[in-house]
Amino acid sequence: MAAQSNKVLYGLYNDEEDLKSAVKVANAAHLDIMDVFTPFPVHGLDPLLGLKESRLHYLGFIYGAIGATFGFLTMSWIFTRDWPIMVGGKPYWSVPAFIPITFEMTVLFAAWGMTITFYTICGMWPGVKANTLDDRITDDKFCMAFDVTSASDADMDGIKGFFQKTNAAEVNIKTI
Amino acid sequence: MSQAIAPVRHVLIEGNKSYHQITEDLVSPTEKAPSREWIVAFGLAASFLALYVFAIVWTVWKGIGEWGANRTINWAWDITNFVWWIGIGHAGTLISAILLIFRQRWRTGVNRAAEAMTIFAVICAGQFPIFHMGRVWLAFFIMPFPNSRGPLWANFNSPLLWDVFAISTYFSVSLLFWYTGLVPDLATVRDRAKGFRRKIYDTFSFGWTGSAKHWQRWEALSLVLAGISTPLVLSVHTIVSFDFATSVIPGWHTTIFPPYFVAGAVFSGFAMVQTLMVITRKVLNLQEYITINHIESMNKVIVLTGTIVGVAYLTELFMAWYSGYIYEQFAFYNRVFGVYWWAYFGMMFCNVVSPQVFWSRKIRRSIWWTFFLSIVINIGMWFERFVIIATTLARDFLPSSWSYYRPTWVEISIFTGTLGLFFFCYLIFTRVAPVVAIAEVKAILKIAGDQYIGEKANKNGNGKH
Repeated sequence: MAAQSNKVLYGLYNDEEDLKSAVKVANAAHLDIMDVFTPFPVHGLDPLLGLKESRLHYLGFIYGAIGATFGFLTMSWIFTRDWPIMVGGKPYWSVPAFIPITFEMTVLFAAWGMTITFYTICGMWPGVKANTLDDRITDDKFCMAFDVTSASDADMDGIKGFFQKTNAAEVNIKTI
Repeated sequence: MSQAIAPVRHVLIEGNKSYHQITEDLVSPTEKAPSREWIVAFGLAASFLALYVFAIVWTVWKGIGEWGANRTINWAWDITNFVWWIGIGHAGTLISAILLIFRQRWRTGVNRAAEAMTIFAVICAGQFPIFHMGRVWLAFFIMPFPNSRGPLWANFNSPLLWDVFAISTYFSVSLLFWYTGLVPDLATVRDRAKGFRRKIYDTFSFGWTGSAKHWQRWEALSLVLAGISTPLVLSVHTIVSFDFATSVIPGWHTTIFPPYFVAGAVFSGFAMVQTLMVITRKVLNLQEYITINHIESMNKVIVLTGTIVGVAYLTELFMAWYSGYIYEQFAFYNRVFGVYWWAYFGMMFCNVVSPQVFWSRKIRRSIWWTFFLSIVINIGMWFERFVIIATTLARDFLPSSWSYYRPTWVEISIFTGTLGLFFFCYLIFTRVAPVVAIAEVKAILKIAGDQYIGEKANKNGNGKH
């Protein structure tokens, strides 16, 4: 991915409402939005962009189930097979006493599993260079970007006209 | 997006802020040279941290015989301090997780700092059981892994081991939750920085761009982490209370302990958040983000949990009397009128009587009262743990082994030293990261900013309802 460079035409809006109406206009004009960047999560934007709900929580459930199974079976194996210890005459396989650790392992696996998955699918890790289009996107600008690597001049003009029509504060081109 | 809007809603962001102004206000403390107050506070914290290191080296070198704990009172200051710190570490996750689930928007002003506080408090808490082990170089024995000692495993039936799992899980999950929330804000700091500073923040912000899909996943992750942190935070102090409740000591062996400990933990955690927030908002000029409304909301939580704790104290006494069991009755008679009677009455006054003044709206909204009472509650909650631990052990089954406990200078140094450690970490945090969650505050600006709701908005004709 790093070797490939894309020419990106992007517009900056001053308000999330401007951005949302612009996305609606872009959808109506069948423009192919590359991505939208915002300083904070803008509610109501996902359906406009056609983003499906994240499936991260299903994975969270699976990781949690793995953690619970792993914790419970490990304790059961250790205390009945590997090294049974007699504690106060209680049964070796004392299930109620295993509940707290099983619970903690569920949470531990779910949290770590989901967080690692999140950073991996977003391509984010320490040392990843951020391909930001503009430094103000993390401040107060709402950005809509189009990939124009192989766009004709007419297409470019069309997009620029679209930005003008939708009150974009700035329009720039950047190669990332 | 249409949603039900409550007719009365507090203003949570004052001063007619724009998005850019929010960035400016919240990032600038990390960009300026430290103030003189900060340097003085940091120097003080570092000195106490040095005292901590000295006292710990002393303890490890000479052994825990240097502490005042003895054969009768074998848990004393160390476990008191441990439980106290763990309790303080409960407000952060409560604010960020439980209040996220309940959609309490005032959490955005205080969650970042409260979560940081949680993490530092848990670090402080962890010191005590580890060094109480005596031969601290063998502390890794508590970790169950295949080993060449048999293999000899830890005892999974022991609440002390449950504690190891609960606290390490709590620490690591809180850290993930906090850091993932911090990443977009570190990107904001990065995009304003230049040169070497930019490189550092580039590394720590993991390449965050603010893409719509990333925000969507980020919100999904935050919500699920909040969902699983909620039972987690309740489980941690429940399990800490099991250390006592599953024992056979009269005065400890009670089923009321888990809810009583959890309420106490939230109580003390909020008190510490208040102590820190009242100072932080003043020193970093954040009064428009951490408003009187935030402080009042937290004081309401304090009066609620303080009352729950009070009911628990009285229930304990009643149950001891009602049980008809003389050892139980003696344990509680001793707790109230025994050698440590002053600790019991101190606890009752600080935790049960003093927070009741928060029923008055005027006092709830007073900075000075809040600060003063938060300190009183911190002290009271320390007394509570001391009362449960030392008073109970001081008068055990055999009168011949009854004893009295006094801390030595080593224990006092370790405890005050952990305060140094805590503030050392907290002060560094206020210098390197935004103490208020920038993105989250921006996201609620249009529903909680004073130019959109409240009196000022109505005057300017901007009010939406």
